[in-house]
Amino acid sequence: SHGLTRIARKPHFDKILIANRGEIACRVIRTAKKLGIKTVAVYSDVDKDSLHVQMADEAYNIGPAPSAESYLRMDKIIDICHRSGAQAVHPGYGFLSENATFSERLAEAGIVFIGPPASAIVSMGSKSESKNIMSSAGVPCVPGYHGENQDAAFLFEQAQQIGFPVLIKAIHGGGGKGMRTVTTHTIAAFNEALLSAQRESLKAFGNDTVLVEKYIERPRHVEVQVFADNLGGVVSLWERDCSVQRRNQKIIEEAPAPGLSPELRADLSAKAIAAAHAVNYVGAGTVEFIFDNDTQRFYFMEMNTRLQVEHPVTEMVTGLDLVEWQLEVASGNPLPLAQEYIPLVGHAFEARIYAENPRNNFLPDSGSLLYLSTPTPTHIFAPSFAPLPPSETSTRSGLTPLLSTHDSITPSLRIEQGFTQGALIGVFYDPMIAKVVVHGRDRTEALRMLRKALDEYHVVGVSTNVEFLRTLAGNKSFINEEVETGFIPKHFDELFPPAEEPSPEILAQAALFVVLRDHSGSIGSTTQISPWTSLTSRRFGGDKYERVVTLQAENTSDQQAIVNVANTTPGRFDVIVNTSKGTTKFSNVPATLSSPTTISTQLDANYSQTTVVSQSPPAALPASSSPNTMERLHVFSDGHKTTLFLPSPNWLLSLGGDLLKVTKGALKAPMPSLVVDVRVKLGDRVEKGQAIIVLESMKTETVLRADTAGVVKAVGCKNGEMVEEGRELVEIEGDEVESSLP
Amino acid sequence: HAVLQRTLTRTLVNQLRSYHASVLPTFISTSSPEFTAKSLAMDELVRDLETKLAEARQGGGFKASERMRNKGKRLPRERLGLILDPHSPFLELSSLAAHKIYPESIPGAGIITGIGRISGRECVVVVNDATVKGGSYYPLTVKKHLRAQEIARENGLPCVYIVESGGAALPHQANVFPDKEHFGRIFYNMAQMSALGIPQIAVVHGISVAGGAYVPAMADENIIVQNQGRIFLAGPPLVKAATGEEVDEETLGGGLMHSSESGVTDHLARDDEHAISIARGIVGDLGSAGSTASVPSAKPEDPLYPVSDLHGIVGTDVRQAFDMREVIARIVDGSRFREFKKEYGPTIITGFAHIHGYEVGIVANNGILFSPSALKATHFIQLCSQRQIPLLFLVNVTGMFHRYMVGSKAEKGGIAKDGAKMVRAVACADVPKITVIVGGSFGAGNYGMAGRAYAPRFLWMWPNAKVSVMGSGQLSQVMTTVSKDPAQHSSLKAEIEDQSTALYSTAHLWDDGIIKPTDTRDVVGLGLGIVTRERALRGRKSVGGSTTWDGNGNGFGVFRM
Repeated sequence: SHGLTRIARKPHFDKILIANRGEIACRVIRTAKKLGIKTVAVYSDVDKDSLHVQMADEAYNIGPAPSAESYLRMDKIIDICHRSGAQAVHPGYGFLSENATFSERLAEAGIVFIGPPASAIVSMGSKSESKNIMSSAGVPCVPGYHGENQDAAFLFEQAQQIGFPVLIKAIHGGGGKGMRTVTTHTIAAFNEALLSAQRESLKAFGNDTVLVEKYIERPRHVEVQVFADNLGGVVSLWERDCSVQRRNQKIIEEAPAPGLSPELRADLSAKAIAAAHAVNYVGAGTVEFIFDNDTQRFYFMEMNTRLQVEHPVTEMVTGLDLVEWQLEVASGNPLPLAQEYIPLVGHAFEARIYAENPRNNFLPDSGSLLYLSTPTPTHIFAPSFAPLPPSETSTRSGLTPLLSTHDSITPSLRIEQGFTQGALIGVFYDPMIAKVVVHGRDRTEALRMLRKALDEYHVVGVSTNVEFLRTLAGNKSFINEEVETGFIPKHFDELFPPAEEPSPEILAQAALFVVLRDHSGSIGSTTQISPWTSLTSRRFGGDKYERVVTLQAENTSDQQAIVNVANTTPGRFDVIVNTSKGTTKFSNVPATLSSPTTISTQLDANYSQTTVVSQSPPAALPASSSPNTMERLHVFSDGHKTTLFLPSPNWLLSLGGDLLKVTKGALKAPMPSLVVDVRVKLGDRVEKGQAIIVLESMKTETVLRADTAGVVKAVGCKNGEMVEEGRELVEIEGDEVESSLP
Repeated sequence: HAVLQRTLTRTLVNQLRSYHASVLPTFISTSSPEFTAKSLAMDELVRDLETKLAEARQGGGFKASERMRNKGKRLPRERLGLILDPHSPFLELSSLAAHKIYPESIPGAGIITGIGRISGRECVVVVNDATVKGGSYYPLTVKKHLRAQEIARENGLPCVYIVESGGAALPHQANVFPDKEHFGRIFYNMAQMSALGIPQIAVVHGISVAGGAYVPAMADENIIVQNQGRIFLAGPPLVKAATGEEVDEETLGGGLMHSSESGVTDHLARDDEHAISIARGIVGDLGSAGSTASVPSAKPEDPLYPVSDLHGIVGTDVRQAFDMREVIARIVDGSRFREFKKEYGPTIITGFAHIHGYEVGIVANNGILFSPSALKATHFIQLCSQRQIPLLFLVNVTGMFHRYMVGSKAEKGGIAKDGAKMVRAVACADVPKITVIVGGSFGAGNYGMAGRAYAPRFLWMWPNAKVSVMGSGQLSQVMTTVSKDPAQHSSLKAEIEDQSTALYSTAHLWDDGIIKPTDTRDVVGLGLGIVTRERALRGRKSVGGSTTWDGNGNGFGVFRM
């Protein structure tokens, strides 16, 4: 018989606490709800209105925004378990998920940690220990010499054993310094590289000890999802490929890994299961391998002792609910399925949507989700497949999945998101906004689904990688399965085509949006329908309705586009777009707003519905020539987002200048950020240009400097404090008072 | 079964409603040669009107516009566009005023006036067109300015003056300055409207000198553009001549001086756009001053028949008769018209309808006015007066006989007495009147049908309309009886005919503008929105539509301090 042994099955928990936030907290709550388990959420001050709090049955505040004072506070979480009567804690990923101490303290308090035993966390937490365990368990590790002997001839001998090409790496090295690859199989070439690596390392780090490792030219990141129960059962839920990364972080994952032979897949799974056995693993874990594209060999890298961000791709191809499995195992039940019954159907992708700026080295961004519109998901959980027929032949290995085509399956889309419109992203926590998960009968179909879903994923408020992911999903090499960890640098030019100037069509639509938005605003503001409100923009007795809308693209150029919109008959407009490239006329264009953010137009007989989202500048920010102080229009068209802004009129800029003069001396936080260093104190004398405060916002430091010489009159923040946008941090009384008059 | 039941109930309920009883039918044939000929003729007239309007819209032309632009100024029409809410309708008044009146071209009499929405509130806007002779005041400029003020006063609409004018046109001073309804009346009106609680706002974009200086000075709240607007009673040359003082314009009457020292102006703007933005803010903060908009009593509905048919129904020959019901059917909501006394005095049509949701009593000619027609109209006007329903006059006094019926039978029947009843009712009706002349408006018919002298709140003409003491038919007959010289006849006849055209009328400001027949419904709808406003006259004595002032117990309005 397959599946559960019903008689032996232990009951699930009645109530669990989720010690996390965002999409993973929501993900866990959904499964718990499905199984009739009550859920307890915890939240920091800034998360009080967030989605996971709304979804849970109970929610408790656990402190201020910084995670060290909230989501990382074990004592508070354990206390809330007691107060709420939660029997188990799901840690999600990140935060306390791989914290052995937490696991131990929960055990002491009689609460179940939904994760592996502390010992497994500790073993896998140490890189050197984990490699030793794996080697002795027969799991291949990257061949290399990490010993003390630094004799050149000895090292060359080691290199020959490892096999060329090899990498010589200073043990204290970093950032590419003290690192050399040797491809030529000669002692001369080896020695030259060794000496130069040692020299460089000595200079940079004061130490010239090196190690020698196998150099993998075209590595891939392939990982195996394993699951283990308390009874010694371990299964593989097949592998995922997460090769395409930026800043050493995954952004797109797929299952199964493309281009693997069944034998290789079976071998990977076998090694991953061996790894789990070696540490007496329990629960969901991921064994990560580095895979050499050229030799088709793979080596153990590390094991992640938690449910991973990318677990949904595995769910999609297996039709399983991994959180449900975690709960089964944590309740003490055996694994729900034996290895030979675990399906592998179709192909799945996950794209992670981050608040970040791909064109600026993927630097994280932060801010609030002013507008969020997503494609409609077809599924909440993975689509379930018909159970596989029991294996008929004993020759079939359990580690070779029955690659079922399951004709009945249709392409599906899941969106794992933990935030709704209005939420703050990336200010205090991870800047991931959501995950788009697709499943198709094959890789081509899944990719097509992914592209369409990304086209329809619209975010305003923070920069995102949506457009980058969309370009990636349409990249020829990516489509051709040429994945490797160096994919982004290798295909940089294709992935970052030069930003295009907005087309006349986009400009015309944006201008019409402005015009129509102002029309409907008038009707919306009054409940009375009189001809003075209903006959919008009609002019009688000779006057003509005409508006001139000036637009400028945020990223591409300094050139302003001037769009002239004239009303012809009700609901129709003549539009003339003037840019530096020339003039484009659209005659008698019908245009209506079908929603406050959707404009329907017909330019040159081409009917289109375009999403346009207006973003107002922060009200308290004085006008300046910075686009941040102007209204911005985000136009979503054909999978591209064009951001235009409406330049402020000169008079407003000049008034803003006055205001800036008056407020001179006040240093305000330009964005939500962490105060790293306050370099002045009350009464200090400062010079113009002197560094006053250092802020950090998502790993980027900003130095605020005095814009006038004077004396520090007030300090409104302290080191380590999180400050919101616009907070006055330091006030400096200038030496000369400037007139506010023009 | 349930469905059947429901259908049955619906049918019965619909029968109970007299929904269709008041829907006007249409009998016209749009394919008849007569219709086509009329339609083509009217098309031609409308095209000609559009051409003339487009010319007038150019103001003083390209060169003058470029001169303004080069000084960093916005053009008058651009200022108008900026002051209005972007979505606002604009009911421009008398765009063709002064058309071919003066030897030089003075498009629109050098001033743009009209009603539009500013910050969600209907206002009268008066814009000096500085591209036309520097915005100086010709006699008709004054008349157009005063008419705009009259509309503001009668309807309680705040006034916004966009000022850039050198004042009175000197060669015309005798016809601009001294008389009762001349230049001084502008300030008299401003003072009185202020006292009546009707806000007066001025924006000074350029020179505002001598008499012109009083527009901002008399305003309740004003704005001046720095380094551009100037206010002084006498300019530097005059000052030098009078006192020997040498001073430049900016020092003498610039924005910074007036805003920081003299207090003549209240707000200092960086440029035209800024000034207008401040003005929009002021209008947004007018509180409960002036009248408040009234809500239409019904949901507006489009007429059932195409408005474009109007061209072919009416045509351009005022002697050709047509059924005015066909016109009404294309103007009123749902083409519904509840006719009053249909069978009595059938040469006049009276009845109730809605236009853009506003209730209105319509008095429309449908032939020669006989005694019964006059009596019926009188009766109907009294009904509307009693019920406080505004009146719409659709004028087409046609036929061989120019006005009321003539002849011994008619005189014996007391037509003069009955005609007088109608004239008296029109003159004293206690409700606002709107007049649209769709055909001829001749003789005493003009009086009975609320001609200009009967102070309708608005009076518009169609391009084909004629207004004169008598129609050209009678004119020939009358002239043969008074003189025997045929040459004299024809020249006089030609002169009178020329003077009776809509274009001649509008050029002389005998109306509020020529409108396209197809715009009639919307224009009248906007007009009803204005005339039905609830007046918040705070005075103890009602001054009604009278322009004579004996105080209203409410003091002096706003003094500039």
